[in-house]
Amino acid sequence: MSVPGDGLVEIVGTGGALPGEPPPPDETRAVSHGRLVLARFTRHRLAMVGLAVLVLLFVVAFLGPYVAPWSYTKKDFTAFLQPPSSQHWFGTTQIGADVFALTLRGMQKSLIIGLLVAVISTGLAALVGTFAGYYGGWRDKVLMWGVDLLLVLPSFLIIAILSPAFRSGSWLIFVFLLSAFLWMVTGRIVRGMTLSLREREYVLAARYIGVPSHRIILRHILPNISSLLIIDATINVSAAIISETSLSFFGFGIQPPDVSLGTLIADGTSSAFTFAWLFLFPAGVLVLIVLAVNLVGDGLRDALDPNSVHK
Amino acid sequence: MLGSTGRVPAGTPVLEVSDLQVTFPGRETPDVRAVRGLSYTLAAGEVLGIVGESGSGKSVSSLAVMGLLPGTAVTTGSVRLGGQELLGLKDRELAQVRGKRISMVFQEPLSALTPVYTVGDQVAEAVRVHNRVTRQAASARAVELLDLVGIPYAATRAKAFPHEFSGGMRQRVMIAMAIANDPDVIICDEPTTALDVTIQAQILEVLQAAQRETGAGILMITHDLGVVAGLADRVLVMYAGRPVEVGSVDDVYYRPRMPYTMGLLGSIPRVDERGRSALVPIEGTPPSLAALPTGCPFHPRCPMAIDLCFTSEPALERVGGPSHAAACHLSGVIDDQDLGPVDVYPVPEIPAAAALRLPRPDRPHVLDVQGLVRHYPLLHGAVIKRQVGTVQAVDGVSFDIREGETLGLVGESGCGKTTTLLEILELKAPQQGRVVVLGRDTSGLTGQQRTALRRDVQVVFQDPMASLDPRLPVGDILAEPLRTHGTPKDQVWPRVHELLRLVGLQPEHASRYPQHFSGGQRQRVGIARALALEPRLIVLDEPVSALDVSIRAGVVNLLEELKTRLSLSYLFVAHDLSVVRHIADRVAVMYLGRIVEIGDVDQVYGAPAHPYTQALLSAVPVPDPRKERARRRILLQGDLPSPADPPSGCRFHTRCPRFAALDENARRPCLDLDPGLVPIAEDQQAACHYAEPLRVV
Amino acid sequence: MATFLIRRLVNYLILILVATTGAYFLAATSLHPRANVAGRNPPPPVAVVDRQLTALNINDKTPVLDRYAIWVKGVAHGDFGRTWDNNSVNAEMGRRMGVSLRLLFVGTVLGSGFGVLVGAYSAIKQYRPSDHAITLVSFLVLSMPVFVLAVMLQIAAVKINKTVGHQVFQYSGETSAGLTGGFWTHLGDRLQHLVLPTLTIVLGQIAIFSRYQRNSMLDVLDSDFVRTALAKGLRRRAALLKHALRTALIPAATFFAYSFGLLLVGATFTEKIFGWHGMGEWLIDSILTNDINAVVAISCFTAVLVLIAGLLSDVAYAVLDPRVRST
Repeated sequence: MSVPGDGLVEIVGTGGALPGEPPPPDETRAVSHGRLVLARFTRHRLAMVGLAVLVLLFVVAFLGPYVAPWSYTKKDFTAFLQPPSSQHWFGTTQIGADVFALTLRGMQKSLIIGLLVAVISTGLAALVGTFAGYYGGWRDKVLMWGVDLLLVLPSFLIIAILSPAFRSGSWLIFVFLLSAFLWMVTGRIVRGMTLSLREREYVLAARYIGVPSHRIILRHILPNISSLLIIDATINVSAAIISETSLSFFGFGIQPPDVSLGTLIADGTSSAFTFAWLFLFPAGVLVLIVLAVNLVGDGLRDALDPNSVHK
Repeated sequence: MLGSTGRVPAGTPVLEVSDLQVTFPGRETPDVRAVRGLSYTLAAGEVLGIVGESGSGKSVSSLAVMGLLPGTAVTTGSVRLGGQELLGLKDRELAQVRGKRISMVFQEPLSALTPVYTVGDQVAEAVRVHNRVTRQAASARAVELLDLVGIPYAATRAKAFPHEFSGGMRQRVMIAMAIANDPDVIICDEPTTALDVTIQAQILEVLQAAQRETGAGILMITHDLGVVAGLADRVLVMYAGRPVEVGSVDDVYYRPRMPYTMGLLGSIPRVDERGRSALVPIEGTPPSLAALPTGCPFHPRCPMAIDLCFTSEPALERVGGPSHAAACHLSGVIDDQDLGPVDVYPVPEIPAAAALRLPRPDRPHVLDVQGLVRHYPLLHGAVIKRQVGTVQAVDGVSFDIREGETLGLVGESGCGKTTTLLEILELKAPQQGRVVVLGRDTSGLTGQQRTALRRDVQVVFQDPMASLDPRLPVGDILAEPLRTHGTPKDQVWPRVHELLRLVGLQPEHASRYPQHFSGGQRQRVGIARALALEPRLIVLDEPVSALDVSIRAGVVNLLEELKTRLSLSYLFVAHDLSVVRHIADRVAVMYLGRIVEIGDVDQVYGAPAHPYTQALLSAVPVPDPRKERARRRILLQGDLPSPADPPSGCRFHTRCPRFAALDENARRPCLDLDPGLVPIAEDQQAACHYAEPLRVV
Repeated sequence: MATFLIRRLVNYLILILVATTGAYFLAATSLHPRANVAGRNPPPPVAVVDRQLTALNINDKTPVLDRYAIWVKGVAHGDFGRTWDNNSVNAEMGRRMGVSLRLLFVGTVLGSGFGVLVGAYSAIKQYRPSDHAITLVSFLVLSMPVFVLAVMLQIAAVKINKTVGHQVFQYSGETSAGLTGGFWTHLGDRLQHLVLPTLTIVLGQIAIFSRYQRNSMLDVLDSDFVRTALAKGLRRRAALLKHALRTALIPAATFFAYSFGLLLVGATFTEKIFGWHGMGEWLIDSILTNDINAVVAISCFTAVLVLIAGLLSDVAYAVLDPRVRST
C-alpha cells in the first residue's frame, strides 16, 4: 500500500509514457524558447485559471489572518456552532472557534507541507534516479530493489505506526516521512530517462572527452530532465497535500494543537449532515488547492513537454 | 485477381494533381506553407520520381493526395484520380478509394505496421476492407500476396508479428498491402531510405515486380537521385514547396536547367568514379517554409542569382525538350550555353596531405587493432529480461591506420562497425585482442593515462542534433573539452573562437544554442569540438548520413581540408559507400563482425574480390540513368543472419551468390572452414575461399 | 517463461518477507499495547498485565528479537498470532478479507473498464467540448481525497433520501442489522449499502484510468500504423478502434500495477467511513488500539495484494503485447 497520490503522480506526471519508458526529452528549448514555453502556458486557459486560484489562495492563507476579524486561537463565547455570518464568515465550531481563521491556519500548514514534500521528494527522485540510471550495474540493482521494497511497504501504515513520534516531536519529521514515500515513481521515471540519455551522443561525446561521471550527471543529464522534474514537482505538491490531509484526517498526521485541512475536515465530518459549514469550507478549500495545482501541472506539461502528448 | 477494377491501359493519365497547396496554420509561430502550387500528371504504367530534400514538401504533398494529413492542414487545389476529385471527399468516400484505387508505401517500415496483429491479418484486412470475401479467402489471398513480394515460407510467416520481421521484410509486407487490390496508383514515400543498400536493391526489384503485376502508375518520392535514376520515366525536383524542374530522367540528369538541380547532381559523391577532386557544395541551407525569402526561394544559395531573382519568383516554364520545364529566370541562358554544374558552381581546391607523400610502410601507426572481440549477452523480452545467447558483435577484427590516412569502415547495419568504433573509443582492454593507439596499448593504461590519451583520440557522431547538448550554448560545448583537460581560463575563449572560425562558423555563434543551427552547421560544431584538443586521430561515425544531400558536400569538403591542414588521421565509419570512396584512402568491409575485405580504396572499389563486397557495390545506385539502366545488380538472398548465431564456416555462405553456383564438393570449404584474409593484390586482402576480382561499378 | 516466473515469484516472496519483517520491527517498537490498559481505574497490577502481554507475545519487556522469533515460528505454521484482546488474527483476517476483496474487485473491474472507455473517447474527441468536460470532471475527482468524496456522497445521499422520503441509499455498514425478510429483501438491502462505497472507489478509478488512457491513446493516434490502416481503406472509426485503441491498451496494463496501491488506500478510507468491517477499517483501528500482531498481518496482506497486482499486470502485458510474449 502506498501513500495516497502515488497514482496521481503517475498519471498527471508522466503524460502517458510507459513506466520506465520515458518520452524522449524535449530538445527544442533555449533562451528564446522560454518565451515559447510561456506562450504555450498562457494559452492553456485552465492552467492560467489554476495559477490565478493558487496565487489567490496563497495570498489569502498568509495575508488573510491580518484582515480577518478573528484569529484561530481566539474563541467567541457568544457564538457556538453558528452558521456563516458577517461576523464569522465560515461560521463557528462547538467551542466558538472561527472556522475561517482555522481554515486559513490549516491552509498555511497544508500548503507549506505540500511544497516542502514536493521539493524534497523530487530532489530525492532526481538524485537516486540519475545515480542508478547513469552508473547502472549493481548500484542500479540495489537502488531499484529498494524502490520496489518501498512500493511494497504499506506506506500509509508505516507513517501511521510512526505517528506517535511526531505527536511529540516536530511536524517536520512528518514532512520527511511523507517525502520518503513519495519519490519512488518519479525516481523510476528519472532512471528510465537517464538510461536513454546515457546513450545519447552528447553524453558519449562528453565521456570520450574525459569528463568525469558526476560532472556529466550535473551538466548534461540533470538539465535535460529538468522539465520532467518541474512538472513532477508540481504534481507532487498535490499528491503531498492529499497524503498529508488523509493521514491527518485519521489522526496520524498533524497533531493538535496544530491544525491542517485534514484535521479540520475530520472534525467537521461527524457533523457534516447537520452543521455542513464545518465540513464544506475546509473540504472545499482543499479540493480547490489540489485542483489548482493539478491544472497548473497539466499546463506546465503542455508547455514544457509538448512532444509528449497533448500535441 | 480479387478486387480487380479492370486495368487502365498504360499511358492513360490516372492521377492528375493541379495547383496543390498545403498550409499548416501556426499558433505561436507563422504559418508553414509546405506545398505551394504543385501540378503533375501520372500515367498508368509510368514511374514519376519526386526528388527533394527534407522540407521540400514532397512527402506532405503525397499525404495530401491520399487525404492523410492531420485535420489542421489546409489543402487547396485539385487531386483527380481517374477523373474523380479526391479533395473534399468525406471519410467514407475516401475510404472506398484508399487502398483500392490508390495505395501507399511509407518510409518507416518499423512503425508502419500495427504491432499487435500478425502480418497475415494485416494484409488480409486490406483485402477484406474492399471485398466481400470470407475470412479464409482473405487469409489465403494474403499468403498469396506475401509470396508474391518474396517472403519465404509465406504461409508460416503470415502468422508472425511485425516485430519478428526485419525492416526489409516489413517493407515487403507494406508492398503486399499496397498491391492487394490492384490499384491504379501506388505512392512510395522514401520506401528504401531506412533500409540497407543490399536490401534497398531487393525492395526496388519487388516494386518493379509489383508494377508489372498491377500496371499501376508509381509515384516514387525520394531524396536520393541514385534511386530514381534507373527506375523513373520522369523526374520532378522540388524545392521549398514548389516544383523547380521537371522532365524526362535523361533531360533532368544530363541537361539540368535549374541551378538547384545542377547543384544536387554535382554535390553527390559517386561510387563509380575515382579521383579525388572536391565535391561541388551548395552554400547555405534550405529556407524555412515558415519564412520564405522573397523572389526565387533559391536565390540566397544560387551562384547565378541576378536582381530579378530577388524580387520575383520564376514560374515553371518549358525549356529545351518538349516535356522539360524549369523554374528559373536564367534557364534560357543555361540552355543556350549548355552550362553544367562545374560551370555554375565554384569548385574548392583541396591540397593533398603532406604525410601522404611518404609511402605507407614509412608512416607511423596511429591506430593498430589486432583481433578485436566484443561479445555481449543477448537479452530478450521487455518485461521478461533474460539471456538467450551471445551476440558476436565484433569477432576478431584487425586493421591499422597510419599517419595522415583515412580508413573507411563500411558495412550494413548489424555488421559490427559501430561496436568496433565504440570499443576503440573506450580506450580499455578489449575482451580479446589488442588496441594500440599512438603506440600505447590500451590494456595497460591507468585512469590518468587514459584521460590524457583522450586528447589524441576524438569522435564525431552521426546525428548532429543528438550529439550536442541542447541545454548548453555552443561556446560552452566547445569549452568543455578545454576545461576538462586544464586549458588555462584566459585561453579557453580565444580557442573557442578560433575553433568556430576553423570550421567555417562565426565567433558570434558561441552564444547560440545548438537548435538555432542547421544540421550542417551543427555537424561543424561537432567537428570543432572534436578538434578542440588537437587530436591526432578522429573517429567519425556516419558523420554526413543525417545531413541533406546539398549540405553533405560542404561537410565532406571541410573534413578533407582539415585533415590536410592539421595532419589528422580518420577512422571513417559509414554505410554510404559513395562517400567512403570519395574520402577514404583505404577501406575495410565488414560482415557479421568480421572484416571480409580490406585494402586500397580504388583497388577494392575497382576490382572487389569478395562476393559480399561485389554485391554491396553493385547495389549502390548511381545517379546516371543510362548507366543505371544498363547495370545488372548482384542481388543477395534474404536477410543478415543473427550475429548471435552466425553460420558455420564462412559466415557469408548462406547468402553468397558464388557459393550458390558451386557444386557439392566445392562448397565443402565454405561450410566447414572459416576463411582468413588472404592477399589479392598489393594492398588488397579478402576473406573468401574463392576470391576472384570482379568489376561491378 | 516458467523459470522466469519462478524467479519473479521468489523475488516477490523475498520482498514480502522483508517488507513484513520491517513492518514487524516498526510496529513492535513504536506501538505500545501496554498503554491500552494504562488508563484503567484502578490500574491492573503490573505482573498481571505482563503475563497477559507475554501470552499474546506483545510484551515490550521481552527483547524484540525474541518476540520476532516466536512470531516467525507462528507464521511459518500459518498462524499470525492473536489480537490485543486475545482473538485469533487469522480468524479475524478471514472474516474481513472477503469484505475488502469484494469492494476491491468491483472497484478494479468497473473502474479500469469504464476508465479506459472514457479515456479513449476523450482522446478521439480531443479538444472538443466533450473532451474538455471529461477532463475537467476527472481533474475534479482526482483533486478530491477519498475521505472528502465519500462524505460528499453521503451528504448527497442524505439529501436524496430526504427528498424522496425513503431510505434509497444506505451509508453505514454492509447490511442493516436485524433485517427480516426473504432473499430478495436481503439482496436489495445489500445493494442499497453497496452503491455509495462502490461509487467512491469507482469514480476515483475511472478518473485515473481515463486520464492515463487518454494520454496513451493520444500517443498512438498519430502513429504510422494508424495512418497505414487509413491508407488501406479503413474508415477513421474502424482504424481508431481496431488499431489505435487495441495498441493503447498495452500501457494501461502496466499502469494497473501502479494504480493498485492507490486503490488499496482508497478502499481503506472508504471502509472506515462507510463502516464496512474490512481489512482497511481494521488497519486504522489496529493502529489506534496498538494491536501489533494485527498491524503486521495487515501489512503482509497488503504486500501480497500489491505483488499479485504486479504479477497480474505482467500477465496482462504479455497477453496484450506479442512483443513481450515471443522469446
